Amino acid sequence: MTWSETEQEKILSLVRKHEAKPTQLLQILRDVQEEFHCVPKDAMETIAAELKVSRTTVLAVVEFYSLLSLEQQGRFHILLSDSITDQMLGSRKLMDHLSAKLGVEPGQTRADGLVSLGFTSCTGLCDQGPAGLVNGHWLSRLDGERIDSIVDYVEREIPLDNWPAEFFKVEDNIQSTGLLLESPIENGAALKQAVRNGFDDIFVEINRSGLRGRGGAGFKAAWKWRFCFEGPENSAGLPLAVQTDRYVICNADEGEPGTFKDRILLNSHAHQVFEGMTVCAGVVGAKRGFLYLRGEYLRLRPQLEAVLASRRAKNLLGTSILGRQGFDFEIEIHMGAGAYICGEESALIESLEGKPGMPRVRPPYPIDNGYLGQPTVVNNVETFASVAAIAAYGGAWFASRGTDKSKGSKIISISGDCERPGIYEYDFGVSIAEILLDCGAEHTLGVQVGGPSGGIISNKEYHRKLAFEDLATGGSFMIFDKTRDILEIVRNFTHFFAHESCGFCTPCRVGTTLLKNQVDKFCDGHSGALDLVGMTSLAKFIKSASHCGLGQSAGNPLLGALAHYPDAFKARLKDIDFEPGFDLDESLETARRMSLRDDPMAHLEQEGI
Amino acid sequence: MSKNTLTIDGKPVLFEGGDTIMAAATRAGIYIPHLCHNPEFSPQGKCKLCEVKVNGRNCASCTFPAAEGQTVLNNTRELNETRRTLTQMLFVEGNHLCPGCEKSGNCKLQAVAYSLNMMDLRFPLLYPKREVDASHPDILLVRDRCIYCEMCVRASREVDGKDVFGLSGRGIDNHLVINSASGKLVDSDLQATDKAAQVCPVGAIIVKRHGFEVPIGQRIYDHKQISEVSLEIEMALEKEHHG
Repeated sequence: MTWSETEQEKILSLVRKHEAKPTQLLQILRDVQEEFHCVPKDAMETIAAELKVSRTTVLAVVEFYSLLSLEQQGRFHILLSDSITDQMLGSRKLMDHLSAKLGVEPGQTRADGLVSLGFTSCTGLCDQGPAGLVNGHWLSRLDGERIDSIVDYVEREIPLDNWPAEFFKVEDNIQSTGLLLESPIENGAALKQAVRNGFDDIFVEINRSGLRGRGGAGFKAAWKWRFCFEGPENSAGLPLAVQTDRYVICNADEGEPGTFKDRILLNSHAHQVFEGMTVCAGVVGAKRGFLYLRGEYLRLRPQLEAVLASRRAKNLLGTSILGRQGFDFEIEIHMGAGAYICGEESALIESLEGKPGMPRVRPPYPIDNGYLGQPTVVNNVETFASVAAIAAYGGAWFASRGTDKSKGSKIISISGDCERPGIYEYDFGVSIAEILLDCGAEHTLGVQVGGPSGGIISNKEYHRKLAFEDLATGGSFMIFDKTRDILEIVRNFTHFFAHESCGFCTPCRVGTTLLKNQVDKFCDGHSGALDLVGMTSLAKFIKSASHCGLGQSAGNPLLGALAHYPDAFKARLKDIDFEPGFDLDESLETARRMSLRDDPMAHLEQEGI
Repeated sequence: MSKNTLTIDGKPVLFEGGDTIMAAATRAGIYIPHLCHNPEFSPQGKCKLCEVKVNGRNCASCTFPAAEGQTVLNNTRELNETRRTLTQMLFVEGNHLCPGCEKSGNCKLQAVAYSLNMMDLRFPLLYPKREVDASHPDILLVRDRCIYCEMCVRASREVDGKDVFGLSGRGIDNHLVINSASGKLVDSDLQATDKAAQVCPVGAIIVKRHGFEVPIGQRIYDHKQISEVSLEIEMALEKEHHG
């Protein structure tokens, strides 16, 4: 492609739209990708010059995020989710079909530049899969017939706006409601309460509620807020400096495969989420906040912008909120671009600053040193929705439910082998057995609680309970019945971690790839007992030596499955102690081609040997 | 400045406010194995070789702040096994063909492997395909040997003021990139006299026409342990930079 003045002008206008701020680099690159179906080299040069950053800074961002690409993609770029539940619903076969019909392989762009295909990590539609993305927009409930229609629309080059709405239809799919979903707050109710009673009172209520972060780690929200409010301290516990800026960030990077509860909260309860953020801002003294929305949730963006606009119009955002002097708060939406690691709070902050999402070295923690080095609260979507409800109804209302150490309720996302996948809300303390009964799951092999980074629960442990003191979860609940092969599940999750490793630290960068290769070798039946020992010790090593939660959980799928389903592993073992990591016969293929032979004697494994 | 004390492997070590555990250890003449740390540049904590146990918790000593009363374990069997495994990972990740490498004997990766008693690779080699950049008249870049320590990246940014190098690519697709229009070294500002051209701990960045000036067998680590060499240099640097 030759670089014309029109194209150059387009790039400059995109840069201007984002005020040429380096913190907007990822947002600018997203716009460029959408416009050009790649990030052209000349665009990178221009952006680097305009933002006054180095070329390598721009290149590092492009190469970090899966949804950005140096190579030209098709005008229709179709990705199918490769998450385990989508695979179970037949996504791989659909890809074969799609690929055959369009005449292009996954990972490739067709010669005419019309279409390109690929796989992507979980798209957050596990309850209505197999799912995918076309030019960043959700495609739900794919089947052979739907794929045929899509091929037809693509070949006729019909713009996405004119595709049938049902292709993109995504339902909330709420199957059962609980504390939070049954009692949505009226717009402004929490803020009115805060303005009336003061933020000290709201803080007392949040503290009384015992609310713990809903992302999975379960840090007490009130503590996080207090630390952020107080700012960094010296070793004697005195404030280091008067900090002027504080930030409130809502983590909507819901990337854990099998999780989609934030999708529903943002779709139907966005007011409440933003209200929770605003309450938090009042408590900690923040003037600016961000919603970090995962790239795969692009479809939600326009309606979220509309909600923000309506809140501004009602003075629920902006300056002197609800007439209270000095209570100023503004929320911006930032989009991710396909990187699971950005769900980790310090990686998310890096991404918000326009950089590759690599987890920071800690200490210092975000509560002291977060966005642009300022004290920052990062909480999950569901946490903020809970905050707004607690501010409106009181801490006691919330704390009356749940268990001693896990107050309130939890929204979980159920997918996989059951009759009624979807959204379920339970008080903390609910048993796995009860959940399985409600969603109609029978003859189960096990349940993956908390996604690949969580753990597998075998059918002998269904008495266990969802709660921070037993099974902590961000909300992912994937069910596998007895027809499923546990080794394929391990393979899928292990590949996922290798794909999503950021590459910062040695044990995760190298270890996840080594583990992926070893798991592949095992699943393909080429491993002996010694390999199993090596694979296990490698998984444990990555877990103990890695820098952040991603590496620390990358070995969980293997270790968990091995502990619960040892027979499945035994059955796949070769009898011998050593088996090469490659197919010996396959390796002779070149020699056979060169010698124009394919007779039985030219193969390693011959009849009777 | 107030003096505080922590212990490393039972030995009392004095530290100053703002010290990392690595800085305090180096000043006290205690070697903690490392590959991505150099007192001249800002620490980053990514190779993980310098991980120690602080009050029972694993921490990268080059970034973790020293504090009063910490009990630090460094030279233990368990930690050295971890370090050996990390070194094995770095070997299989790249293409490290020591016998044909100009850096052999002066290479920190090799020296660390010797000192940790690494006898095999343990893992299957990944055989990555990486680009060689021989475009520069004075400097050769052999990416096969790169271990992503970012010495060159930081030296160029923090000392040379040039910003010639960067890392790009996610996960195992990490690679060293050059800040020039063509992406080639020849079009960058790099000069052979730059700090960035001198600090590579392995043979990834090599100044041309100086090959094999010192015969194999007479090189730095052929006769000395890396712990000895490293302490000698870095104690002086630590004094100079954080003195």
